[in-house]
Amino acid sequence: MVLVLGGISLVASAGVGFVYKVTKDPIAQAAEANKKAALGEVLPAFDEAVPDSLTLDGLPVIVYTATASGEIVGYAVETATMSGFSGRFDLMVGFEPDGRVRAVKVLQHAETPGLGSKMADAGNVLFASFDGRNPGEMNLAVRKDGGDVDALTAATITSRAYVDAVARAFNAMMESNGLGTGVDAATGATAQAGTGSTAPSVTDSTDTTAQAASEAATAPTKTTESARPQIVSCSIANDGKETKK
Amino acid sequence: MNRLKIILSGIVKNNPTFVLLLGMCPTLGTTTSAVNGAGMGAATMAVLILSNVVISLVKNIIPSKVRIPAYIVIIAAFVTIVELCMKAYLPDLYKTLGVFIPLIVVNCIILGRAEGFAAKNGVLDSALDGVGTGLGFTLSLTVIGAVREMLGSGAIFGQRFISGDGMLIFVLAPGAFLVLGYLMVLFNKSTSKLRS
Repeated sequence: MVLVLGGISLVASAGVGFVYKVTKDPIAQAAEANKKAALGEVLPAFDEAVPDSLTLDGLPVIVYTATASGEIVGYAVETATMSGFSGRFDLMVGFEPDGRVRAVKVLQHAETPGLGSKMADAGNVLFASFDGRNPGEMNLAVRKDGGDVDALTAATITSRAYVDAVARAFNAMMESNGLGTGVDAATGATAQAGTGSTAPSVTDSTDTTAQAASEAATAPTKTTESARPQIVSCSIANDGKETKK
Repeated sequence: MNRLKIILSGIVKNNPTFVLLLGMCPTLGTTTSAVNGAGMGAATMAVLILSNVVISLVKNIIPSKVRIPAYIVIIAAFVTIVELCMKAYLPDLYKTLGVFIPLIVVNCIILGRAEGFAAKNGVLDSALDGVGTGLGFTLSLTVIGAVREMLGSGAIFGQRFISGDGMLIFVLAPGAFLVLGYLMVLFNKSTSKLRS
């Protein structure tokens, strides 16, 4: 009895292990291809995209600076949030060089199918709220919390998390380029429902902003520099071809 | 003829959703749209066929005291293998179905057919039973998903036919129970002659 069950478990785990080994590389390749495709989708035509890894609020964020014939044509930011309805989801946000949102692509999520999952659909109201606008000039919260962003019907938690992720992307882009300190998002994603003003970061005093600026200036610099050497090997060309420098 | 009967039995007489009422958790949870329902059904069918075949192969060496844990290990292994393969070779399909796949392990249709059919019948019959039950499950889920999508989102297979929102309750959990109940009545009424 024990032997049979043990034998079955052994065979089953060996099978799973074998399949895992066989599929490990294709899975990594598929994820890489997915990322390249996402870069192509959220950016205009570009020659190369240089990644810059940062850590914001404990989450890894990668800022890709896209250039075409030496000029910056846009930024793509791989960002994430932990406050989704089903935990973490990842977005790729494309910005124009002046900071306006160009496109948003959902890389992976586990939100409720038919409700929160609509954030990944084309032409949803969440993205429409950001389309062509600069998050720095917006009140970053869903309308229920007094902000400028239309939430998905029956998916307020997902919408708050989406706002949180886009705000993080914007801040990362600003930090990465030394353009400023970005925005404080009163998304309410971490706070209880309703009052957006209870979110921990509220833009009420200049002191907070200045403090954030000095923190931003010191903290990510190390990460930025240590990430620089990767540039040579990681340049991703527009057509999916690698350009070696 | 007998073989055809096995397949048809899974679709009509022993329809897992409307007659046996097995696997209600994925039925209620994933049928927010027709595509989601069909995807869940297809993934379940793949695992059902594989696990039925293997369980009918090893049925004679499994002592009856440990048969349930043995079946669960086999089913879980197949679900993991299907998930890994889909992730590696069909990434687009995985994007749509990925969230549902781990749910298949706890789907009691699979354990139910393993215990009720595969443990007593030959390999070919068990495979056919997997096909029939899988088709029955897929069709039921697609129909439930289509009705909920039409009423709840004003769309069918992702194609919108009204502007604005539908009756949201049908996308939410209560709508799943309502639609399931009415469809069950319709199904049992319309197939009562076929089944007797």
